[in-house]
Amino acid sequence: MMEILQYEFMRNALMAAVLVGIACGIVGTYVVIKRIVFISGGISHAAFGGIGLGYLLGIDPILVAIPFSILSALSIGIISKKAKVSEDTAIGILWSGGMALGIIFIGLSPGYAPDLFSYLFGSILTVPSFDLGMMLILDVIIILTVLLFYREFSAISFDEEFSTVVGVPTKILYLLLLCLVALSVVVLIRVVGVILVIALLTIPAAIGRQFTYEIKKLMLLSIFIGITLTVIGLWLSYLLDLASGATIVLVLGTAFLLSSFAKRIRPVF
Amino acid sequence: MNEEIVSLKNIEVYLNDSPVLEDINLSIKQNILLGIIGPNGGGKTTLLKVILGLIKPDKGEVRVFGMSPEEGRRFIGYLPQYTFFDLNFPISVFDVVLMGRYKGVFKNYSEEDRKAATNALKTVDMLEFRDRQIGRLSGGQLQRVFIARALAREPRLLLLDEPTASIDPEMQKSFYELLSELKKRMAIVLVTHDIGVVSVYVDEMACLNRRLFYHGSKEIALRELEKVYQCPIELIAHGTPHRVLRRHTE
Repeated sequence: MMEILQYEFMRNALMAAVLVGIACGIVGTYVVIKRIVFISGGISHAAFGGIGLGYLLGIDPILVAIPFSILSALSIGIISKKAKVSEDTAIGILWSGGMALGIIFIGLSPGYAPDLFSYLFGSILTVPSFDLGMMLILDVIIILTVLLFYREFSAISFDEEFSTVVGVPTKILYLLLLCLVALSVVVLIRVVGVILVIALLTIPAAIGRQFTYEIKKLMLLSIFIGITLTVIGLWLSYLLDLASGATIVLVLGTAFLLSSFAKRIRPVF
Repeated sequence: MNEEIVSLKNIEVYLNDSPVLEDINLSIKQNILLGIIGPNGGGKTTLLKVILGLIKPDKGEVRVFGMSPEEGRRFIGYLPQYTFFDLNFPISVFDVVLMGRYKGVFKNYSEEDRKAATNALKTVDMLEFRDRQIGRLSGGQLQRVFIARALAREPRLLLLDEPTASIDPEMQKSFYELLSELKKRMAIVLVTHDIGVVSVYVDEMACLNRRLFYHGSKEIALRELEKVYQCPIELIAHGTPHRVLRRHTE
């Protein structure tokens, strides 16, 4: 096991697992308790439009994905709060619209898109150092934002109407929360790809919430679960020569089943 | 003492082009327990939300403590009719009540806030449940926690929307006695179906069915009730000290 650490790509992969675990533990907690899983799925798929635009413009796709997914997060958030269009309709349109844009952009760009597959399904073993740096910066932004607005995010997740009454600027903070989802999507793209991102945003927190009823503890627990399961998935995919993103997601799913089962036999505190 | 804390002038609210509230004029004074009664769909909850600034009236003027509702609502404690939340939400009873103390972005909860939250839980007799996860309470206990959340604010105006809906009959009497105690410090608006109970404890009464049919002393209000409900009604004061009204004749 230890000898694989001598390879740089392995060290990068482990680093990526840690950075991914932090983003999905913190933001995933809100995704699960505020029940914005479907919105987050929409944001992550729409981010593919940004990847495609990056190919077309010849800029690092991850860099273009950041403004693109933030823009789609804001549009979903604003449209879904207007009564004329129902929320799931708005999500569905942006979900497929973003992907369609990505496909058109890639079709228009000259030549062949070599690592397109890694953006769709992830490839933790080929995360470049530049992207690792970017993931680190995004993680820092996420942590600082949540530290600053922890009370507000918790309040609007629990009861939006009452939060408004006591003076929480609910609309702005809801949009800010969606922007954090967009940033964590970008952090996760390299590892599991736009299609599988939603698994990492939901499953660690979904497992964690069976064992605690404190938001702070849930975040820490989800980070720990996210890192551990990603590393296990990485190791299994290396051992069995399977696609890393998909293996990680299947490990997460299996862990969720096992934890629900364990919870049923022995009620935990 | 007789200070006016809420004033509504010529309020009209439309929902999908049909009127929910029409021509509402209402003034709420300090240290008064005002009961608002009326049939379902009569606009009672809408009226509270207009005072809170959650619903903007299509016409008319709202002043809360001489300010706009958005500014004035920081002095209001609010108990909604329904609170929708996830029963598995990871939060303790104490932290829910503490939310009632929210003062603004970047302002952390202080020791004073914690004390106020503790006192509020004591007032509704729920302090022993302070560390319980919010979903592991009965309906009545939950309602008391939400009342504590409204009280934790130490409000100058308390808006209660059907507060006794899920409280056991034994608890109700002590709840209304609590309100009589609280109104020494604040004004209270109580929206309810329970005409019998209201008529015993409230000081003033308003009858609402899209329009405000009457607002003033409760004795007269009770006589006007038939107009509001548009059918003969009989008032039965179940469980409360005495029967309030004679039987209405057809």
